[in-house]
Amino acid sequence: MTIAPNTTSPQSPEDFVAEPGFAAVSRETRVAPPRYRNEIGKFVVPRPDACGQCGRCGAHGVHVRPWRYNLIIRPFEYRCIGPDCKTSGRYCVGACPNKALSVTLNPVFETIGDFRWTPDLIVSTWKMAETGQLPPSFLESETGNSGGGFDRLRFRFPAAPPKDLRREDISTKLLLNRRDDGREKVTIDVPWYGGGMSFGSTNIHALLAKVRAGKAWNTFSCTGEGGYPQRFIPYADHMIVQVATGLFGVREETIQRAKIVEFKYAQGAKPGLGGHLLGSKNTPSVAAMRETVPGVSLFSPFPFHSVYSVEDHKKHLDWIAHVNPRALLSAKVSTPTDVDMVAVGAYYAGAHIVHTDGSYGGTGAAPNVAKKNIAMPIEYGIGKVHQFLVNEGVRDKVTLIASGGVRTPADIAKAIALGADGIVTGTAELVAIGCIRCTACESGRGCARGIATTDTELLELVTIDWATQRLVNLYSAWREGLIDILYRLGLDSVSALRGRTDLLMHLDYEGSDGAA
Amino acid sequence: MASKYHIHTEPAPPRFRPIGKLGIVEWREDCSSCHNCVKRACVYGLFRDEADALHETHDFLDYIYQCKGCLSCVQNCTKGILTRVVNPEYKRLGDAYFTPDIVAVTWFQSETGKIPVSGGGYNGPFSGAGFDSMWTDMSEIVRPTRDGIHGREYISTSVNIGRKERHLAFKDGQPVPPPPLLEIPMPVIFDVIPSRWRRGPIVAAVAKAAAQTGLLTVVDADDIPASPGRSNANMLPQLARAAQGDAFAAAPVVMLPDGEDVFEAHRALKARSPNRIVVVRTRANPRAADRISRFAAEGVEAICLTFDPHGREDAPANPRHVRDVLREVHRRLIKDGTRDQVTLISSGGIALAEHVTKALLCGADLVAIDVPLLLAMECRLCKECGPGRPCPIALENIDLDYAARRVVNLVGAWHQQLIEMMGAMGMREARRLRGEVGRCMFYEDLERDTFGRLFGQRKADRPAL
Repeated sequence: MTIAPNTTSPQSPEDFVAEPGFAAVSRETRVAPPRYRNEIGKFVVPRPDACGQCGRCGAHGVHVRPWRYNLIIRPFEYRCIGPDCKTSGRYCVGACPNKALSVTLNPVFETIGDFRWTPDLIVSTWKMAETGQLPPSFLESETGNSGGGFDRLRFRFPAAPPKDLRREDISTKLLLNRRDDGREKVTIDVPWYGGGMSFGSTNIHALLAKVRAGKAWNTFSCTGEGGYPQRFIPYADHMIVQVATGLFGVREETIQRAKIVEFKYAQGAKPGLGGHLLGSKNTPSVAAMRETVPGVSLFSPFPFHSVYSVEDHKKHLDWIAHVNPRALLSAKVSTPTDVDMVAVGAYYAGAHIVHTDGSYGGTGAAPNVAKKNIAMPIEYGIGKVHQFLVNEGVRDKVTLIASGGVRTPADIAKAIALGADGIVTGTAELVAIGCIRCTACESGRGCARGIATTDTELLELVTIDWATQRLVNLYSAWREGLIDILYRLGLDSVSALRGRTDLLMHLDYEGSDGAA
Repeated sequence: MASKYHIHTEPAPPRFRPIGKLGIVEWREDCSSCHNCVKRACVYGLFRDEADALHETHDFLDYIYQCKGCLSCVQNCTKGILTRVVNPEYKRLGDAYFTPDIVAVTWFQSETGKIPVSGGGYNGPFSGAGFDSMWTDMSEIVRPTRDGIHGREYISTSVNIGRKERHLAFKDGQPVPPPPLLEIPMPVIFDVIPSRWRRGPIVAAVAKAAAQTGLLTVVDADDIPASPGRSNANMLPQLARAAQGDAFAAAPVVMLPDGEDVFEAHRALKARSPNRIVVVRTRANPRAADRISRFAAEGVEAICLTFDPHGREDAPANPRHVRDVLREVHRRLIKDGTRDQVTLISSGGIALAEHVTKALLCGADLVAIDVPLLLAMECRLCKECGPGRPCPIALENIDLDYAARRVVNLVGAWHQQLIEMMGAMGMREARRLRGEVGRCMFYEDLERDTFGRLFGQRKADRPAL
């Protein structure tokens, strides 16, 4: 049966039951244009007065004269592909009879981004979210400029992939339950799922888009620790329920609804510290969900005050395992020096998924001192945990998920080659729906771009359908990029890449000469 | 139990408009004065002054400090006449070590007394030189932390200056009183203000901030006015020679410079007042470990190991950073079996709150700071001042109470950050941070153990440090 998408907006969870079409979502890519008129691109093509309005410059959608317009409107500069265009035969600068046009680097482009999310990475993520295609080659879309970790790792591609390997045969599926414990063998279609963002920290429209993209790609999103708004219920099979130290919104029915329950022991951006929702974001609806008083800052403690040992941790997992006999259990931990011990402890306590979140992971608000200094980057943690699990003889009984600084399909592949089974993404999803990494998520009324906010006016800057499409496009492009890497490596599945450090090299080490 | 150490902070707005990083530039001549101007929509109210009179021309307004760089206005303007630039003046702030970002974050803390908090993951480089090439640890399930941050369990930041004997000593059947030991509530003292900044009430303001926070401030003995009661308990006089010591009988700690006759001078001072702690200041250099080992053997109870403002030792080539010198000195003292007999104060190169924690982890008992105190008073490190040359922001005219307030705010914010980091480590005692390399991770070790294991030798032109 096919269900036609319904366009009238649903009012309550019951509407979804009555009209399953409300929750229908497709993984088809469709162009989702940027929501700002002046989208930022790498180049600018100013149109001076010398322009004769001849219209010979109409390539790549930069120069547009809409129907019934007399004049060409202000250029859509973000679509410009730069000087590479010279060879395309449709170069506007060359086509202009008045020599009025010129292409230069966009000065604003150079002011956005940072070491980890370079302007190129931000704009290439926007491109993927807009088109669903891999970004154009004039953007450096694989690595950032942090000078270490993923940014210095490269793949050793063989000269030519095996002849009998076909791209369409490459599997990107990931099995999440590797225990033979009678619980569902949950498999996701792409080796990643969406990270936890709480109702209260992030725009509900963005959260819904995240879980809808998760549904479209048969993967997951996560509630974070802000409770389970009713609007998530139609997507319950794709929503991980997080149990974090504040226990906000943790109830029997939310636990029972989930296919996966995640215990957030720590978060990479602020390991060893609790969460903090600023009072201004704690609106009446957020407060109702968390059963607190509106306007009050909400602190989650650290650690779980019921868990002070591995034995406590086991009891903790047992509790949820009994409340929901079908759920898989995930333990999200940070990357301390003994992360390998922690991971093994989590496994023996009954976790199906061990999720390590590296120190450069995302957050809605954290002390800068914690983001920069506490715990190690995920690039070190993955191999350490993987090797320890292998030595312990339990590697194939547990799914290892890495997060904290995974930005691109190349990063995903590198994380998996280092030893992870899959990854969790968060920041990249927000960039896809327009985040510019100004790091002011927590100030005033919240995110000025309507992403990390609960302000009723700012919420409307992001619409559910648009954001869903952007994420579906991003996932599609990512999967394409990942398959591309697997194909070039001659591997027929993501799982075949796990732990293949022999396929990696590091530009700072001997033997990496000739690397791209 | 002693009362909980708390630093009272209150906002101290800047005297001058701070130099911000980002600015919005507009081509006003192209403005069509449309009714839906993006400036009205700024969620931070940046253009509020202007919005009241949007269609009138008026004077230049400086939005640079408040702009958070969300780019909403730039991206939404109907005519696309707004653009964003990085303030060139911002890039000129500070120097290579006290970077513009460090200057700006110090100003923020001095103004608000609050911990800098932001959203999004860390946006800096993977690692860096000096203190940036180490991470502090945190404790997970198997090593539960104590929740001191929200007050359920007290995290003590107190440290001691002085000698801790290994055992009780007896003489004629009577216990010998233990040597003097001074407790300060936080592992930070204020070092001598460099001469360039000794103008107006700056030194007095630092002293006042020390008194308000219960910390010590090192003051040149010559700068302390010659009158009774001239020093207070929070002053640590730095003597040029031992004979000056008599003038500061009330001071619990004094400091002596290293020199040929330092042991003699030290003995002379101790003979006159055995209950006064004498700190010897010595320059960090490649022989520092030998020198400090000797100090410890000779009975010096506290050493101030001094680096240049950028945290470098004195060495003709490839000077080491605080991080490495402290580790060497600490290990040497442990090997000698004298680590608890001396207090090691590290001065120089401490620019951020995290550096305090990291210096302690590398082996210092406490640190001394100077440049951050001046940044707190809005100094930009322009270095245009000098003997007889005025300060461009007239620091000599700063109000004493206001300047002290700014310093107290900074120290308060640093204290909170120290507690955050200790809380994450599961540590309740700043004394236990000293040399606790088990609670930190060094870049070169992690590289060797992960990538070195996989990829072998590091390239010679890309050393781990």
